[in-house]
Amino acid sequence: MTALHPSSEPGGDEPVVRLSGVNKWYDSYHALRDINMDVGRAERVVICGPSGSGKSTLIRCINRLEQHQEGSIVVDGIDVCDDVKKIEQIRRDVGMVFQSINLFSHMTVMENLTIGPVCVNKTPRAQAETYAHTLLDRVGLADHAYKYPGQLSGGQQQRVGIVRALMSRPKVLLFDEPTSALDPEMINEVLRVMVEVAEAGMTMIVVTHEMGFARKVADLVVFMDAGRIIEAAPPEEFFENPQNDRTKLFLSQVVSH
Amino acid sequence: MNDRSPPRSRALVSTLPESPAPGSSDGVLAGLRANLFNNVHNSVLTVVILAVSLYAAWHALQWVVIDAVWYAPDAKACKLATGACWAIIGEKYRLILFGTFPYQEQWRCVIVVALIIGMAIASGVRRFWTRWLFYAWLATVALVLCLMLGGVFGLKPTGTYLWGGLPLTLIMSAVTVVLGLPGAILLALGRRSRLPIIKALCVGVIEITRGLPLLVVLFIAAVMLPLFLPPGLSISKFVCAQVAMVVFFAAYAAEIVRGGLQAVHRGQYEAAEAMGLSYAQRMHHIVLPQALRIVIPALVNDIVRAFKNTTFVSILGLFDILGATNVALQDPLWVQFAPEAYLFVFVLYFVFCFSMSRYSHKLEQELSKGRNY
Repeated sequence: MTALHPSSEPGGDEPVVRLSGVNKWYDSYHALRDINMDVGRAERVVICGPSGSGKSTLIRCINRLEQHQEGSIVVDGIDVCDDVKKIEQIRRDVGMVFQSINLFSHMTVMENLTIGPVCVNKTPRAQAETYAHTLLDRVGLADHAYKYPGQLSGGQQQRVGIVRALMSRPKVLLFDEPTSALDPEMINEVLRVMVEVAEAGMTMIVVTHEMGFARKVADLVVFMDAGRIIEAAPPEEFFENPQNDRTKLFLSQVVSH
Repeated sequence: MNDRSPPRSRALVSTLPESPAPGSSDGVLAGLRANLFNNVHNSVLTVVILAVSLYAAWHALQWVVIDAVWYAPDAKACKLATGACWAIIGEKYRLILFGTFPYQEQWRCVIVVALIIGMAIASGVRRFWTRWLFYAWLATVALVLCLMLGGVFGLKPTGTYLWGGLPLTLIMSAVTVVLGLPGAILLALGRRSRLPIIKALCVGVIEITRGLPLLVVLFIAAVMLPLFLPPGLSISKFVCAQVAMVVFFAAYAAEIVRGGLQAVHRGQYEAAEAMGLSYAQRMHHIVLPQALRIVIPALVNDIVRAFKNTTFVSILGLFDILGATNVALQDPLWVQFAPEAYLFVFVLYFVFCFSMSRYSHKLEQELSKGRNY
């Protein structure tokens, strides 16, 4: 399991990600309202909620793919602000897995995996390639290192996507609906890798509708609606005894079939 | 209750016997009969057009080949002939091809032409598409300048005012593309920049240039550029024209490149950003390779156009192939054989442009076929 292990530095009890009073507008549309959330080291947070509730926007603010207008976001002690240097520092420490996977289509799997470490962290190429081989082996893709993304199935691509996010040994991994664009029979192979990453002690913030995953892995399940955090509770509590009516309605729609 | 129950809805699945593909023709003759001789009108029309075409082709053949004078010691022999006088090409080809470049030094022009054509062919090989190709082009341009300008390595100095013919046409085209393409990429990136001043500058350059005919851009360059120089320093017509050609090409190609940048999926930009790659790294490694691949056919088309646009520089008194041909035709002995000379120039241009367009076509097919990634 060491291959998937995050960089283990003495961190203390400081949260890795802290959002306080975060507000965001798209023009006049209020996308995030007063978001407060702390994510501690090795903690797994699953964010769910109806479409348009702001969950993707929320995690995209953490690595500055979106800009928040009010409040503060602190990632591992660094304030997310306009400073390009700081943003690049944060992005080095925060890996991201996308719904649309977004592997670089003109590069082989190996090139996709090594470009981050080589260009950003200045890791020697040979060392990055060795690490890439180790990780690919862990996710069962050892034979696909020199293929192009277009030659892989969706599930395989997304497993490469997760490995790519792990390559720079991030402190936090963000997952933005990693299985939503996949065919049903490919979802499990991706979830298995995510569970394995979680078990290795990675700090994870996961936007997903996979309630089974939330039940199994999450330390905290967050329910969002209309840009607000409506409810946040450990999974047992969240699924067995939801407090809010909207949460109940959502759960009945997601879990019933 | 009506006991006629509604028919149970049921998907109808049936398998049809395999049928042959429709519309296979049974030969050229049947095709001709069906399309050209299917009624009286069409048959008459076909015969008349065929007759006129044959008549015209026969006359052309007579003029071009049968009655043509291929070799003549002087123009007098040509005057008696009824066909084309190809002797003018033999007489004037050095002037047409190399302009007024000193006769003894024209071997340098031959090397220059060979260098540029060789590099152009090498640039077509996809395996060579690395940054080294760009450096090789820069080296080629430097070598070409040495050869054409002289004054170094014991070469007799030959100023740009002596340049002409094919070397001038090829040099202008090559420099236009080699400097214009990076310029186009910078302009396209600048146009998408978030920095307002850079964006405004790039939009300004692109839109103003695109809003002017090339001739006007050439005149502006010839008249305006000298004004920006400190007094006492003069600038050659060649440099003025070259600057105009580069700017004109860059402005048009910038819009093509911008189209490519927009065609790259947003997720590719985001994934690169999320990785922490800097702006330059994102563009260099992720975005531009994909964007340029998309717009290659359109870019090649623009390169062909830039090649043909070099004929415009004769308006500034530079002697590209066409200009040099006009000079050759000023010889009163040969002036009446202009059609032959222009046909020669036409063939030259056609060979260059047609090869480029065929190449672009082939590349387009390769790139769309090999899209397994």
